[in-house]
Order: sequence, then structure tokens, then C-alpha cells
Amino acid sequence: MIHKNPPINSVNIINVINVIISIIAIAFLFIFLILPLAIILIEGFNSGLSIWWDSIKNEETLSALYLTLIVAVIVVPINLIFGVLVSWSLTKFKFKGRNLIITLIDLPFAISPTISGLMYVLLFGIYGWFGPLLIKYNFKIIYAIPGIILVTLFVTLPFIARELIPLMTEQGTEEELAAISLGANGWQTFWKITLPNIKLGLLCGIILCIARTIGEFGAVSVVSGHIRGATNTLPLQVEILYNEYNFSAAFAISSLFVAVAILTLIFKHIINYEYNRKKY
Amino acid sequence: MVKKFKEFSAIPGFSLTLGISLMYLCLLVFLPLAALTIKASEIGIDGFIQEVLDARVLTSFKLTFGCSLLAAIINTIFGTIVAWFLVRIRIPLLIKKFLDSIIDLPLALPTAVSGMALTTLYTESGWIGKFLKDTFNMKVAFTPLGIVVAMIFIGIPFVVRTVGPVLSSIEDELEEAALSLGANRWQIFIKIIAPTIFPSVITGFTLAFARALGEYGTVIFIAGNMPMKTEIAALLIYTKLEQFNFVSATAIAMTMLLFSFILLLIINLFQSWVSKRAMGTQGDS
Repeated sequence: MIHKNPPINSVNIINVINVIISIIAIAFLFIFLILPLAIILIEGFNSGLSIWWDSIKNEETLSALYLTLIVAVIVVPINLIFGVLVSWSLTKFKFKGRNLIITLIDLPFAISPTISGLMYVLLFGIYGWFGPLLIKYNFKIIYAIPGIILVTLFVTLPFIARELIPLMTEQGTEEELAAISLGANGWQTFWKITLPNIKLGLLCGIILCIARTIGEFGAVSVVSGHIRGATNTLPLQVEILYNEYNFSAAFAISSLFVAVAILTLIFKHIINYEYNRKKY
Repeated sequence: MVKKFKEFSAIPGFSLTLGISLMYLCLLVFLPLAALTIKASEIGIDGFIQEVLDARVLTSFKLTFGCSLLAAIINTIFGTIVAWFLVRIRIPLLIKKFLDSIIDLPLALPTAVSGMALTTLYTESGWIGKFLKDTFNMKVAFTPLGIVVAMIFIGIPFVVRTVGPVLSSIEDELEEAALSLGANRWQIFIKIIAPTIFPSVITGFTLAFARALGEYGTVIFIAGNMPMKTEIAALLIYTKLEQFNFVSATAIAMTMLLFSFILLLIINLFQSWVSKRAMGTQGDS
């Protein structure tokens, strides 16, 4: 027997199930995502805008902000170049060992932040492999800014490559081969053919990379040494203020991070939307 | 015929791009990993076992493992429900876009900030903590339960983002065909939907589990960090490092690393098994 419409009885049951699923899903998202977001903004602004502004323009906070921005300005372009190069070599050519390289790229995702920090301490700390050499030339990496930059490079290494590899695999090599058979050189092919094709994915990767770079906490915490005004990044400054029970200042800085996070999510949404619209 | 390392391609730039990429990966990923592995091998098997079986280390392993497992299970159940809700239930587009975007919040927010926010909510004077204390006499912040809460938060995107796309890829025609052949909704769920999303649910679970095992920033704020009670393994590595106890820190790190590699290996094998099986059934028909 064929039902054109399901019996009314079963429609009711399905409606009830749908309502239950909706309530559970909304309650879960509300408790675990919306409330934490709300509490940061409420705690950050509840002593008034002038206190909020005072916490932001505090000298130590500004120097932490400055350091965080410097790290981002160095780290994001390097990982951008690496991401494009490695995706080009992995997706435009077929060779043995590609999976091994992809595994290496994914590794920083799988490694706990404190382990990432520990690995770099074992390399560059005073008791590490290069420790004696660094002491000899009086150059500090661990408990100094170069260490912060290195671990941040490590932690954010996958972001752009991971966004580009699936995209470029899907696009294949036909357009590049056509350009080259018409006499374009490699550089022209990249700028005129490949780059326009991948720009949305690239943008998405850059945004995620920036968000992670300025927000990285665990790995940076291990190698920074927490020297105030010198090697304190903004997330570390938040922790210090919180541990000193200076909650309003800690949450005031956190509200800045919330603004960045919301911008990141909006950008990501727009980019995904654009990409899906182009595809169909 | 001898298979060549690389197939011929007219596209230029192979040795340049691969060379620079490999050098970068070697310096940034391979070298630090080698430093850790060699340091671990210097300890020797006896020393390694002694470090790992230390009461404080063992307790932190059990705590980290147990809390991560519980958080991953809760995430799998609720993450699948949330994915279902976002993909298959009609809701106003604006609300859908908002809820869909906010799923990625744990990845966009610094872990220290989310840790502070969760702690403020779950302490005895916080919004949720006060409610739980008054109604169930339950303490969450500064107990293992708090660790689970932080691990749930950090794992939300993984299950939703692996199950969601698979759920939306199920074609309406398939379900309509089943319906027209007389199947009821429950049969459609059991015979069509559940088998299709099952591999992605398992993958989401493993990813959430692996992330929770290594999580540091979010957890240390809400955990209270009492040795033998609420001290997670990632924090113990940090503490040992501050005491310049590199041997112990390396042994703990190596154990955790081996465990996450085994986890990742299992999902990779599982995924290739699933895709092979899917291809096999397609070939039969």
C-alpha cells in the first residue's frame, strides 16, 4: 500500500519529536555557547565604559597588545607563504609520500599546547640541544620573543594549508595546464589562474590563522616566561589579571577577543556562503 | 616497470615549492618532534615506566582520560542532535545562520578567555553554579565536573561539523522512495539515516576526544588544579617544566603523544575501511 501522505497520527509524532530535538539543541547551545559569550560582555562592561577604557589603556595591557600584534604580523605572512607553496606542490603534482607530508602538516592540531611548548624548550632552552650554542652567542629564544614566534608558527602551521589543499585538489590542474600550453610561465599561471580560484579559501584560512595567532595561550605560556611588559602576550595578560582578582580588567580585554571572534565567525560564514553560491 | 617517484607534469615549480615546504616542515615540526623523542629515549624504559607510574602522574592520566571520554560521549550525543536540528528542522533563516556560525566559537575564542567565562558561570556564585548548588547541591567549578564542562565546550564544533555535512548530503529522493514503498519514519531512520551518518559520528567522537585529551587553557581556569584531585596531564607537563624536571615532563608528554597518535591512526584506518566498504557495495549493485 502506498501512502501519498503519511497518516495524521505519525505526522503528530514527528512534530513532537522535532519540537523535542529543537528544545534540546537550543538549550545545549544556549548553556554552552551563548551564556559564556554573554557573561564575558556583561562582566567586561558592567563597571561602566570609563573603567573598561582604563583597563584597556593600562600600560602593561598596551605593551601586551603591541607584542601580540607584532607576533601576528610576523607569523601570519610566513604561514601564508608556506600554505600556498605546500598546497601547490601537493595538489598540482602527483608523487609518492604526499600522505606523509599531509600528516606532518596536521600534527600541530593533534599535539597538546603544553607539549608543543615543551618540544621547543627541549630544543632551544638552556639545557636543550641548541642551548650551549645560544648562550655562546648570547641569543635568547626561550623566555623571549623569538620563542613566542616559533611556537605560534608551529601551532598555526596547518590553518592556511588545510583550507587550501581540499580546495585545490577539487579544482584540479586543467586550467593551469591550459594556461601553460598557451605560453604562460609558472608565475603568470599562479597569479592569473590559481590565485583568483583560491582567493576565498585563502581568505578564510588567513582569518582563522589570525584568530589563532593572537589567541594562542598554552604553548606561548610555556615558552614566554611571563615577563611583564616584555614577553607577555594579550592572552597571558588576561590570565595574570584574572589571577590577581582584577576581573573587570580581565573581562574588558576578553571583550576585545570576543569582538575578534565574532568578526572571524561572520567572515567565515560570508566566505562559505559565497563559495557555495559560486559552486552551484 | 619501475614506478617513478613523480609523474610527469607540464606545470612548473615542483622542486621549488616542495623543497621550501619540506625544509620548513623539517625545521618547525620534525626537529622539535625529534628532540622530544630522543629525550624520551635517553630516559630508558625503566626510567620511563617509573616516571609514568608515579602516583601523581598516574592520577592525572586517569583524570584526563576519564573526563575526556565523558565529555566526548556527551558531545557526540548532543552534537548529533544539534547537527540534526541545524540541517533538518525548519527554523527562521536568520536564527539558523546565527546558531550555525556560533558553533565555531570555541575555535575562534582564545582558550584562556573561554576558561574564564566558564569558571565565572559555574562557580557557586555564578549564574549556572548557583542554580546547580541550590537545586541539586552540586559543585561544578574546581571539581572534575568542571573539567568535563570545559572539555565539552572545546569539543562542540568537532561533532557538529563532521556529522552536519553528511546529514545534509542524504538525498530527499532516497527517503521519499522509502516512504512511497511503505516504510515508516522510524524504519527510514534506522535503515537509511543511521547507517549513513554513523561513520561521521564516530569520527566526530574521536576528534572531540583527542582535542579534550590535550586541552590546556580552558581547563586550567575551571579545574582548581589540585594535585591528585583536579590536575590534568597537560598542566602537569607545565608544572614539571617550571621545576626544570625535563625527564618527567618528557615522559608524560611522550605517553600522551603516543596515545593521540594511536587515536588518529584508528580513525584513519576506520575511515578508509568505511570508504572501501561503501565502494564495495556500490560495485555489487
